Amino acid sequence: MVKRKRKGSIIRDTSVSSKMLDVIIHLTLVFILIVTLFPVLHIASVSLSSGKAVAKNIVTFYPRGLQLNAYKSVLETARIPRSFKNSVIYTTVGTLVNMLMTITMAYPLSKKRLTLRGFYTTLVVITMFFSGGLIPYFLLVKKLGMYNNIWALVIPGAITTWNLIILRTFFQSMSVELEESAYLDGAGDFTILIRIVLPLSKAAIATISLFYMVSHWNSWFQAMIFLKEKSKYPLQLILREIVLQGQYIEEMVKKGMMALADQMGSVGTDEYISIEKLKYATLFISMVPMLIVYPFIQKYFVKGIMIGSLKG
Amino acid sequence: MILPGLVYYIIFHYLPMYGVVIAFKDFKPLLGILGSPWIGFKQFNRFFSHPYFFRLIKNTFLLSFYSLIFGFPAPIILALMLNEVRNATYKRFVQTVSYLPHFISIVALVSILNLFLSPTTGAINVVLQRVFGMKPIYFMAEPGWFRPLFVGSGIWQNIGWGAIIYLAALSQVDMQLYDAALVDGASRLRRIWHISLPSIMPTIIILLILRIGTLFYVGFEKVILMYNPATYTTADVIGSYVYRRGLQHAEFSYGAAVGLFNSVINVTLLITANWISRRVTEQSLW
Repeated sequence: MVKRKRKGSIIRDTSVSSKMLDVIIHLTLVFILIVTLFPVLHIASVSLSSGKAVAKNIVTFYPRGLQLNAYKSVLETARIPRSFKNSVIYTTVGTLVNMLMTITMAYPLSKKRLTLRGFYTTLVVITMFFSGGLIPYFLLVKKLGMYNNIWALVIPGAITTWNLIILRTFFQSMSVELEESAYLDGAGDFTILIRIVLPLSKAAIATISLFYMVSHWNSWFQAMIFLKEKSKYPLQLILREIVLQGQYIEEMVKKGMMALADQMGSVGTDEYISIEKLKYATLFISMVPMLIVYPFIQKYFVKGIMIGSLKG
Repeated sequence: MILPGLVYYIIFHYLPMYGVVIAFKDFKPLLGILGSPWIGFKQFNRFFSHPYFFRLIKNTFLLSFYSLIFGFPAPIILALMLNEVRNATYKRFVQTVSYLPHFISIVALVSILNLFLSPTTGAINVVLQRVFGMKPIYFMAEPGWFRPLFVGSGIWQNIGWGAIIYLAALSQVDMQLYDAALVDGASRLRRIWHISLPSIMPTIIILLILRIGTLFYVGFEKVILMYNPATYTTADVIGSYVYRRGLQHAEFSYGAAVGLFNSVINVTLLITANWISRRVTEQSLW
């Protein structure tokens, strides 16, 4: 993608009203920065602070009295590492299926010579606006025997029409000459796709994959309605159970307590692990993967949106 | 090559559309779809005459309407503001930070709400008590707070992400237009109003139509995570109702009927919005 450098302004507006607007804008932006970053900092801080500080509610955006035992407690609860592992599996398998299906659908749709192309496109676009609803969807998945296993999380969402369209738009923007010469050399559709088109589409493929990955990692609802055994639950669902429904807290508190034989349950101590600290720690753990990966991948997302906006 | 994708769409998108037919039947799992007796509009009538009917419509409408009038302009305003920032590094920094919330899961978002608004330990309530001397407020259990919290957290999560598209469009505008306007004596605000805004108007309209077309879907996953029996009066929307009655209570036909009703309303809104837009602005989806 060619990056266009915007030409600088030749003249500057130095009127009072312009400067005032600048001030307002800057204040608002700073406000947005604070409001966005504070929650993350606060969560991390509370989870890392001493029991005493948390009980007195004096933690703001930095930890007071470093204590890691809340994390120890949380990570030792079997459910959390296991659900983490589950999420990794679901995300990996899911994204692979997604990409397979989306690419094999986007590529033909991008070719004008596809018979019934308009029909297929309309078919696909309609699904963005109209669906059968939750109940028929649920019944169908169940009927197909995917209840309580990974396929219910992977297959029904195999293609997201939005991503499909982005990829199709991208394929359409690729020059035809390369493919045409490959045809003349006797290459078939699949060969062209794999050998020529894909290597050239690395950026788009990366972006779409990331979209799917984030979507899988953050999903919880499909898991909730289709998975019966808790050992199969993904991270977000466990997070919900712990933080929003207050489950397993007792178990974790006890575990944390038993590790400090002579500090059982005394509220005012530094080592005291309150329910609140456990929740904050669990929440932070669920956010960490995304926070770590984010700086590296965010530029892909921006590119993806820009490609997608060409369609609009 | 297109076959697997087509098969997928037919099975997972169009088959459920056919499955919607159970809304007109008294569905018994053992009899299957074809075998269940036909009862016509009975499920629909049951829904229409239900005491919760108006409440559900009202909640669904208000929740999505507020999301629309507050949540839709927010990214636009942010984009316009960021566009006025001259320091490129600062601009990029704010942008990057602002769309971070988009990537945390909805469960994490609602967890943040729960934890921060907790009457005993939540940061917000601590501040209210210490700085303002107020009594703690049980935010998540007050029906009156549900809508502001829902819409507000939605804005927090999506303002940065939504601004991306608009910023992309704004960056394409020729600087000379601004210079010319400045020379003509246009104030900053006027320049924004007459140059920046029109340049993203097509994008705004398309996104607006799309948004209206999904108005009644209103993010029921988030509603389910946020609501509790104490807040049903303002929180319960059609989507969450379908989940509760249709899935949790396994009243499949009834749930399908309500779901179908929801979809039909959405499609109607979409077609209407598109039609109005085509008449008024000559921009439309089709």
